[in-house]
Amino acid sequence: MILFRFFSNLLKDDRGGQAVLLILFLMTILVPVLNLWVPADHPLHMPTYLVTLMGKYLTYALLAVSVDLVWGYLGILSLGHGAFFALGGYAMGMYLMRQIGDRGVYGNPDLPDFMVFLNWKELPWFWQGFDMSWFAFMMVALAPGLLAFVFGWLAFRSRVTGVYLSIITQALTYALMLAFFRNEMGFGGNNGLTDFKEILGFNLQADSTRIGLFIASAIALAVGYLACRYIVLSKLGRIVVAIRDEESRARFLGYKVERYKVWIFTFSAILAGIAGALYVPQVGIINPGEFSPLNSIELVIWVAIGGRATLYGAVVGAILVNYAKTVFTGAMPDSWLFALGALFVLVTLYLPQGLAGIMRHFRKAEAS
Amino acid sequence: MSMLDSIRQTMRRDEVFPFMAPKVSELLDVSHGPILYLEDLNVSFDGFKAINDLNLYIDAGELRCIIGPNGAGKTTMMDIITGKTQPDSGQAWFGQTIDLLRMTEPEIATAGIGRKFQKPTVFEYHSVYENLELAMHGDKGVWHSLIAHMNGEQRALLDETLETIGLKEQAQQTAGALSHGQKQWLEIGMLLVQNPHLLLVDEPVAGMTHQEMDRTGELLTSLAGKHSVVVVEHDMDFVRSIANKVTVLHQGSVLAEGTMDEVQNNQRVIEVYLGE
Repeated sequence: MILFRFFSNLLKDDRGGQAVLLILFLMTILVPVLNLWVPADHPLHMPTYLVTLMGKYLTYALLAVSVDLVWGYLGILSLGHGAFFALGGYAMGMYLMRQIGDRGVYGNPDLPDFMVFLNWKELPWFWQGFDMSWFAFMMVALAPGLLAFVFGWLAFRSRVTGVYLSIITQALTYALMLAFFRNEMGFGGNNGLTDFKEILGFNLQADSTRIGLFIASAIALAVGYLACRYIVLSKLGRIVVAIRDEESRARFLGYKVERYKVWIFTFSAILAGIAGALYVPQVGIINPGEFSPLNSIELVIWVAIGGRATLYGAVVGAILVNYAKTVFTGAMPDSWLFALGALFVLVTLYLPQGLAGIMRHFRKAEAS
Repeated sequence: MSMLDSIRQTMRRDEVFPFMAPKVSELLDVSHGPILYLEDLNVSFDGFKAINDLNLYIDAGELRCIIGPNGAGKTTMMDIITGKTQPDSGQAWFGQTIDLLRMTEPEIATAGIGRKFQKPTVFEYHSVYENLELAMHGDKGVWHSLIAHMNGEQRALLDETLETIGLKEQAQQTAGALSHGQKQWLEIGMLLVQNPHLLLVDEPVAGMTHQEMDRTGELLTSLAGKHSVVVVEHDMDFVRSIANKVTVLHQGSVLAEGTMDEVQNNQRVIEVYLGE
């Protein structure tokens, strides 16, 4: 009862969020039924590739929510959030690599294939522990969180703001991409980590595992959404918006602005890392391409199209843009980037508040 | 020999290393009278001396007006007091024990110095009520703010302040929708709920009507005694109406100090400022 009151308080005045969570809830019930219990020749059957595709969209949505928290509410335009997503993905990828055991091409029980190929004799120190799921899942949050904390602490303490900060975040993800491309780094070089077999003992190719991953992504998105919503509605959320609007005023009121920025940035990076960790087992690969600056820019566009500082707008934007991407890259592979660019320009010019802005407009018209 | 000297200098046994010295004394000590000591301050920006050997003392509970032509260093002085600008040399003490030059802006604000900016600066997307809530004295830590709620005393202070600044009806309105004068008042209200010992008020009546000015004057004079108030203002009528002691700044240092009449009859002041 108390729990119910808590959640209804969080979602009061958030029609978009209510809709998002309701749809998520219905999907977690419908998708397993349509995929597992409806026979394959039935028109209502949902093929497994579609389940995985939707699961992927949900991890993108969680990533977009994490960006919206720092961009929409804190006013920090991070053009490097893909790095945290990829780091979480790598942590999960390392766990999945270790789960392969001796079923790799070389059949070496101690070393992943790419290390055998590179003639390495033993597991590097930073791979230790990743055979244990609890350790790997902890690293999913810890690795991006720690990077964000150190990076944020240095950047915010030196009062780097605005476009300069955006450029540094962009450089961060680019530097990581170059580093991860190198074989000596020990993360599989440009091939990345792939050929996964199982997660927590479940076969990754099985339909039921796919469904499980889809549901896990839905739950992660719902919990991440509610956590962000809680932050936004608390006094912390009001302080964060105050820092966005008048940073020096907040400082002269006694708020240690740097600390607020660092913690929100770190929390957002952890969310992005979790999204990456759920993304990797569903697509079956993680490679340095995930660090590419282009990815981080694209994901900022999702948020801009969905509508900043609304949270649910980020979810809607991420899913719509990625659906459009799937359709477009299938139909006209070369035109996608032009379409994305055009979309961004149009939204910036005519819909500065994104799709959420249209919703708000209609609601206002309805009210009056 | 000189090297030995410099080693001796750094290893002096009669004092601790600067970074070892305690940073902030929590207690504000005004037992000798002044609440603010500014001594031999110098600041220059690219060769321009904004503050030049400035010496200024503000007594506890005093209402002091500071006037001076543009570029006299009034705002720079406030920047130094609140930690925004580091002076090239000199000292700034809050009471006898708190060294302002070693503190950051939030630390200075928490120690009890509130500042109103020249241009009214409020959080435009927050309601008037939320603006005051954000300014409210109390724990300003990150983790605390996740679960923070105002206690009864704070809520009473907030209501009382809304009354004082005459924005009770607009409490739920966003601050961005207020008029210029109302924003000024809101910002003064935000100072009040901080419970500061010293208020630095930069041009409080800019953009106000005459009635609003009178009310602001009453408010500021009523604050003096309990708090110390430093007002920087261009409007001479307003200064005359509230001040009993006026300091004239010129080219970064104090040109004259005294009652309004004394200052106005000071020959040098007339030359640089009032006479023109």
